[in-house]
Amino acid sequence: MRKLKKKKTLGQRLSSWYLVVILLFIYLPIGYVVLFSFNESKSLTNFTGFSFRWYENMFQDRTMLQSIWNTVLVAVIATAVSTVVGTIAAIGLSKAKRIVRNVVLEVNNLPVMNPDIVTAIGLMLLFISVKFQLSLTTLILSHISFCIPYVILTIMPKLRQLDDNVAEAALDLGATPWQALTKVIIPQIYPAILSGALIAFSMSFDDFVISFFTAGVGINNISMYVYSMKRYNPSVNAMSTLIVVVVTLILITVNLIPRIKDKKTQKEEP
Amino acid sequence: MKSFFRMSYPYILWIGIFIVAPMLMIFLYAVTRTTGDSTLAFEFTLDNFGKFLSDPTFMRVLLTSLRIALLTTVFCLLIGYPAALFIAGLPERKQTLMTLLLTLPMWINMLLKTYAWRGILLNFDFASETRVFIGMVYDFLPYMIIQIHSAISKMDGNLLIAAHDLGANKLKTFLKVTLPLSIPGIISGITLVFLPAVSSFVIPKLLGGGDYVLIGNLIEIYFLTAGDWNFGSAISLIMALIIIASMWATKKLDRNGEEE
Repeated sequence: MRKLKKKKTLGQRLSSWYLVVILLFIYLPIGYVVLFSFNESKSLTNFTGFSFRWYENMFQDRTMLQSIWNTVLVAVIATAVSTVVGTIAAIGLSKAKRIVRNVVLEVNNLPVMNPDIVTAIGLMLLFISVKFQLSLTTLILSHISFCIPYVILTIMPKLRQLDDNVAEAALDLGATPWQALTKVIIPQIYPAILSGALIAFSMSFDDFVISFFTAGVGINNISMYVYSMKRYNPSVNAMSTLIVVVVTLILITVNLIPRIKDKKTQKEEP
Repeated sequence: MKSFFRMSYPYILWIGIFIVAPMLMIFLYAVTRTTGDSTLAFEFTLDNFGKFLSDPTFMRVLLTSLRIALLTTVFCLLIGYPAALFIAGLPERKQTLMTLLLTLPMWINMLLKTYAWRGILLNFDFASETRVFIGMVYDFLPYMIIQIHSAISKMDGNLLIAAHDLGANKLKTFLKVTLPLSIPGIISGITLVFLPAVSSFVIPKLLGGGDYVLIGNLIEIYFLTAGDWNFGSAISLIMALIIIASMWATKKLDRNGEEE
């Protein structure tokens, strides 16, 4: 099939250029970081030559590696716990009385609406006033507590769309409540649970403010490491580049998997 | 199945401890003054608020925060609206690609991106406020574009055809159809930009140099450097009140728009 090439009008061409400029602006710092991660010298303004020096430095910098490890550890635990707790809570709330549900959802919204710094100092004051020394544990607890609201907010709309009769039918047909839950309700909201988990992971992975106020002395995540750096350290560029690569790969996979699955099912059912 | 609501009990206990109690703690600290070493040695006072309101230095910091947040919001709206409009005019596949390209950097750590700007801005000789402003517009622009785009793309395309058939030119169609229907997107865009911009303390610290202090930095100083948690809590409470008030005002504006 041959497509007729339509000539773009001036307006269309201008709007395409506008979008290109916006994209350039948005990708400028990312490109800059990637470029200078391969710089031979320490300079941030002059690219003097190509080298892997900063990548080597990065793998020798124990504080930096520790901060990456802490970030991943906290994000994995916080995602796992907040997804499970959030899913259970959301299912429970969807069956609760309207007034209870609305009040709980309002309170649930507080950490989402509140500036991070308010949530952060609130948690810090809470831990200190009950003599709970700030540590990795308080950091993880704080992350769990600000991730759950996002999980609930992602799952709730999906639960509202569910037809209650399906679960009722399962119960009438002799399923135990546990079976109704795991075989009927959860499979139907599975995609929402997954995207809730993804949001929780990225919120936790990127967090700075709440971690900064609730982690114990000497415990750093990536953001805290960058924030507290006294001098400019080009190894951060190497670390950022690796993070950009990993995030891009994850996002491409997440976006591609459903499409490949669609194609497969289409093939299986001709 | 009604018994499933019991599943929410643990979470109700959880929010009591981890959401409600911390808020009460901030409030308690803001309206008290410590009188001894023990946690329980305190007395009620409104001095913390008085200190903030009577000292012009603090008021100046507050006004600077509000000004730069407002400026950032206006610029994000001015730059972001045309972008959202143009994206909505693309064919569907390109629209998906553009939204993906816009959201991708949002998944990358904000501190790392801000740190990258520090390097870029070294090439120029900008005032500290300009640097902070660029950093903020950069950080919040994608949120504005995505909110407005989703409002515009929800619009029924037939409305545009109808307006055209009824003799409206492109400008009139935009002013009378597209713009009013995109207001919900503008409102949520403004909320997503203004609120975090007011309380931001990372961008001013990393890009502004030591002398550029916003209200978020003030809170940090009083909690971590000066160790005056009572005053720090009072500042947080004042900031939270301003944010609630501005959200209320935006919502009200939205409703007035609907009545027209």
